[in-house]
Amino acid sequence: MNELFQLLLSGITVGFIYALVGMGFTVIYNSSGIINFSQGEFVMAGGMSAVFLLKYGTPFWLAFLLSIFITALLGLLLWKLIDLSKERSVISMIILTLGYSIALRGLASVVFDKELHTLPSFVGDGSFDIWGATLTYQAFLVIVVSVIIVILLYLFFKKTKTGKAMVATSDNIDSAKLMGIDIKKILMLNFTISAVIASVGGLLLAPITSTNYEVGVMLGLKGFSAAVIGGLSQPFGAVVGGLILGVLESLVAGYISSEYKDAVAFIALLGILFFMPGGIFSNLKAKRV
Amino acid sequence: MLVVRELTKVFGGVRAVDDLSFNVKSGTIHSIIGPNGAGKTTLINMITGIYKVTSGEIYLKKEGVSSGDDIEEIVHGKRENITNKPIHSLVHKGVCRTFQHLEICSSMSALENILLGFHRFLNKNFFLSCINSKKIKEDEKRYKDEALELLKLFGLEGIADKEAGSLPYGVLKKLEIIRALATKPRLILLDEPVAGLNPKETAEISSIIREVADSGISIILVEHDMKMVMQISDEITVVNFGKKIASGTPKEVANNEEVIKAYLGTKHER
Amino acid sequence: MEKIKNIKDILFLTAILLILPLFFKNDFQYEIAILSILNAIICIGLNLLIGYAGQISLGHGAFAGLGAYISAILVGNYGVSAPLALLISLTFIAIFAFVISKPILKLEGHYLAMATLGVGVIIYIALNAESEITGGPDGMGVEIFKVFGYEFDTNIKWYVLVSVLLLISIIAIKNLINSPFGRVLRGIHDSTSAVSSVGADVSRYKSYVFVISVVIAALAGSLYGFFSGFISPSEASFNRSIELVVMVVFGGIGRIYGGLIGAVILTILPQFLTSFEDYQTLIYGVIIIFVMMFMPKGVVSLFDRRSSAGS
Repeated sequence: MNELFQLLLSGITVGFIYALVGMGFTVIYNSSGIINFSQGEFVMAGGMSAVFLLKYGTPFWLAFLLSIFITALLGLLLWKLIDLSKERSVISMIILTLGYSIALRGLASVVFDKELHTLPSFVGDGSFDIWGATLTYQAFLVIVVSVIIVILLYLFFKKTKTGKAMVATSDNIDSAKLMGIDIKKILMLNFTISAVIASVGGLLLAPITSTNYEVGVMLGLKGFSAAVIGGLSQPFGAVVGGLILGVLESLVAGYISSEYKDAVAFIALLGILFFMPGGIFSNLKAKRV
Repeated sequence: MLVVRELTKVFGGVRAVDDLSFNVKSGTIHSIIGPNGAGKTTLINMITGIYKVTSGEIYLKKEGVSSGDDIEEIVHGKRENITNKPIHSLVHKGVCRTFQHLEICSSMSALENILLGFHRFLNKNFFLSCINSKKIKEDEKRYKDEALELLKLFGLEGIADKEAGSLPYGVLKKLEIIRALATKPRLILLDEPVAGLNPKETAEISSIIREVADSGISIILVEHDMKMVMQISDEITVVNFGKKIASGTPKEVANNEEVIKAYLGTKHER
Repeated sequence: MEKIKNIKDILFLTAILLILPLFFKNDFQYEIAILSILNAIICIGLNLLIGYAGQISLGHGAFAGLGAYISAILVGNYGVSAPLALLISLTFIAIFAFVISKPILKLEGHYLAMATLGVGVIIYIALNAESEITGGPDGMGVEIFKVFGYEFDTNIKWYVLVSVLLLISIIAIKNLINSPFGRVLRGIHDSTSAVSSVGADVSRYKSYVFVISVVIAALAGSLYGFFSGFISPSEASFNRSIELVVMVVFGGIGRIYGGLIGAVILTILPQFLTSFEDYQTLIYGVIIIFVMMFMPKGVVSLFDRRSSAGS
C-alpha cells in the first residue's frame, strides 16, 4: 500500500511537469494552429540556464528570473521566425519548429555543455512523510507552484481583457480581427506565456531529475502526449492529461517494467488518437475522412 | 432508376430527413427543392453513403435491366439495394455526384482532373504502373484523347493544360460536371451546380444539364435557383423540415399551397 | 506536382553515378556516397507518402531501423540467407504497416503526424528494451551481405548495388506519378472527396502508399545494416525519423528529385560541418529553419522555371 502511494505521489509530481509542458502546447496550438515541437527545449532552457547562472555566482532569485526571461525571449524569437516565414503550411511549420528544437539543442551544447547537471533543491532536502510515503519538499513545491500557475492562467483567460481576447482569437480568428484584436500581439503573448510556463517547469524539475541539453526531447514529446490526452482544444485538458500520464508512467515503472516506462506516454497517445482524437473530454466525434 | 423509400436521418434529437420517399425515372431531371436547412444536402449525403441512414432504403436499377421503373414496387431481380454503400463503390454502378462546395484537385491540370473521372476504366495496378507497361501507355493515350473530346464538347479545350487551381469558379463548376460525365454514369446527383454563378453561366450549365438528361442519363438536382429548376425539371420533390411536402411536375408544384406557404417570406427568385 | 516527360534526366543521373567514383579519393567518400543513396531511396518512398499522398509520417526512421534489425537478426542468429531474410523482414513489416495503417490514416494533419511519431517511438523503445534479442542500446553486429554465395565485401560492389536500386526507384516513381494510380495519389492530396467521387477507395490507396513507403524504408534500412556491419537503436530513433522528413521537405515535397537532392545535401552537409565540431547541431538546425522560412517548397524550387502543372 505504501509502495502504491509512493508511486502515486511521484507520478503526480512528474505529472504536473507534463501538465505545464502540455499547457504550453495547447496555448500555442489554440491561437496559431501550430504544434511547437521545440516546446521541450523551452523546458530545458529554463533548467540549464539556471544551472549555469548559479555556477557563475548569480544569486538564486536572480538566476531564476533570468532563466525565465531568457526562455521567454526564445519563445518570442520563435514567434518572430514564424511571422517572417513565407508559408505556414502544416508540414513546413512542423519542420520549422523541429529545426528550432535542433538549433536550441545545438546552442545549449555549445553555450552550456553536454554534461548532466542538477540544481539544488529550492527548499532544502527535507521531506514530508505521508502515510508511509515520502514527499520531498521540492516535489511538494512542484505541485504547489504548478497548481498556482494553472489557477493564474485560468484567471487570466477568464477575467482579464487580454486573456479573453486570447480565447476569442483561438475560437475564431476572423471575428477576433473584426473586433479589433491585435492578432500579432496575441500570438506574441501566447508564445511568451508558453515559454515561461515551460521554463518554470524546467526549473522545478531540475532539482528532482538531472538536466542536460537533450532533456527537452522526451519531455516535449511526453508533454505533448499529455496535451493530446486532455484534448488539444481544451486549454486545461493538459493538466488532467499530464496527471494521468505521470501516474500511469509511475505505476508501469513500478509494477511492470522500468524499460518500457517511456513507452506509456506514446501508447496512451496512440490510444487517444485512435479512439478519442479530441481528447478524453471530447464527445466521440469521428473524424470523417 | 432510383427509388428512395422512407428514408430517415436523425442527428441527436433532430430529424434532418423524415420518412422521405420518392422515385427518379430514368432519363429525367428530378429536382429536390426546399428552404434552407430543409434536409436536401443530408439527403444527398445519405444517397451517396456519406451519412449512414437511420432507417429506410435506397434502391438502384441494375445495369442492363430493361425499363419499367415507373412502378413503385421493388422488383428484386431488377433493383439493387444501395443503402449505406460508399460513393466510391456506387461509381462503379453508374452513380456519381458533384459537390456544392467544389471538390477539384487544384494542383492538377483540368485535363488530369477529367482523367481522374475515367478512373474506373483505367488500370490501377501498382507494379504495372511502376514499369509503365504497354497497356497503361495505351490507356493513357486513349483516355487523354477522350478527355480532350469531352472538353471540346463544352468549348473548354483551351484550358486543358491549365492548373485547375488557377481557373475561374464558373469554369470549375463546369469541370466538375464534365468529370462526373467521364465516369460514364447512369445517374448523376448535382448538388447546387449553379450556386454563386451569374445568369449567363447559370443558363450555360442549365442547358448542359438538359442535354445530359436528353442523352439518357438520369439526374437528381438539388438547387435553390427556382427559375432554373422550374425551367428544366421533369419532376420536383419539395422538402421542408426533412419531410416531403409536395411532388409533381413544375406546374403542379408551383401551384401547390403547401409549397407556397413553405417559401412565403423567403426569396426564391433570383 | 510535375511530370518530367523525357528520359534525359535518367540518363543524366546515370552518367553522374557512373562518373562520380572516379573522383573518390578514399573509402570514406565512397561510404558517404553509398549512405546518401540509401537515404535517397528512403526519401523517394517517403516523398510519395508526404509529397504526393499528403500524409505526414514522423516515424519512418523506426521502420527503417526495425527492418534492419529483423534482417540482421534472421541472418545473424538464425542463419537465414540474406535474400530470404530480406524477404521475410519486408513481408513482416508490410503486414505490420498495413495493420496499423487502417486506424492511423483515418487521422489527418497534426494528428496523423503525432500517431506516426507515437508508433515510431514505441518501436525505438522496444528495440532498446529487448536487449536479449537486439543487443539493446549498444547495438548489434551485422553479418556480411551474401547473395547466393556472392559477397558484397567492397565499397564498389555496394556502390553499384545501391546505384542500381536508386535508378530503379526513380524510374518507378516517375512512371507511377504519371499513371492512373499516381493521379489518385495526387488527387488525395488535394481533395479526398473528389477522389472518392470518381470511384477510388481513398483509404485503400492511403494504406497502399503507406505500406509501400514503409517497405522501401525497411529495405534501405536493412541494406544499410549489412553495409555498415553494425546497427544500433539510434537508427530507429525520433531524431532519425526527423532527419528523413527534413531531407524530403528540404529537397522538395512532391517533387520527383526532391528526395534525392535533399538526401544527398543533408547527408553530405554534416561532413563539411565537422570542422565546426561543436557547432554542427546548431548550424544544422539553423539551416533547417532558414530553408523552411524562405524556401518552403524545397531546394528543387530554386531550379524551377515558371511552368504550369501537367503536360
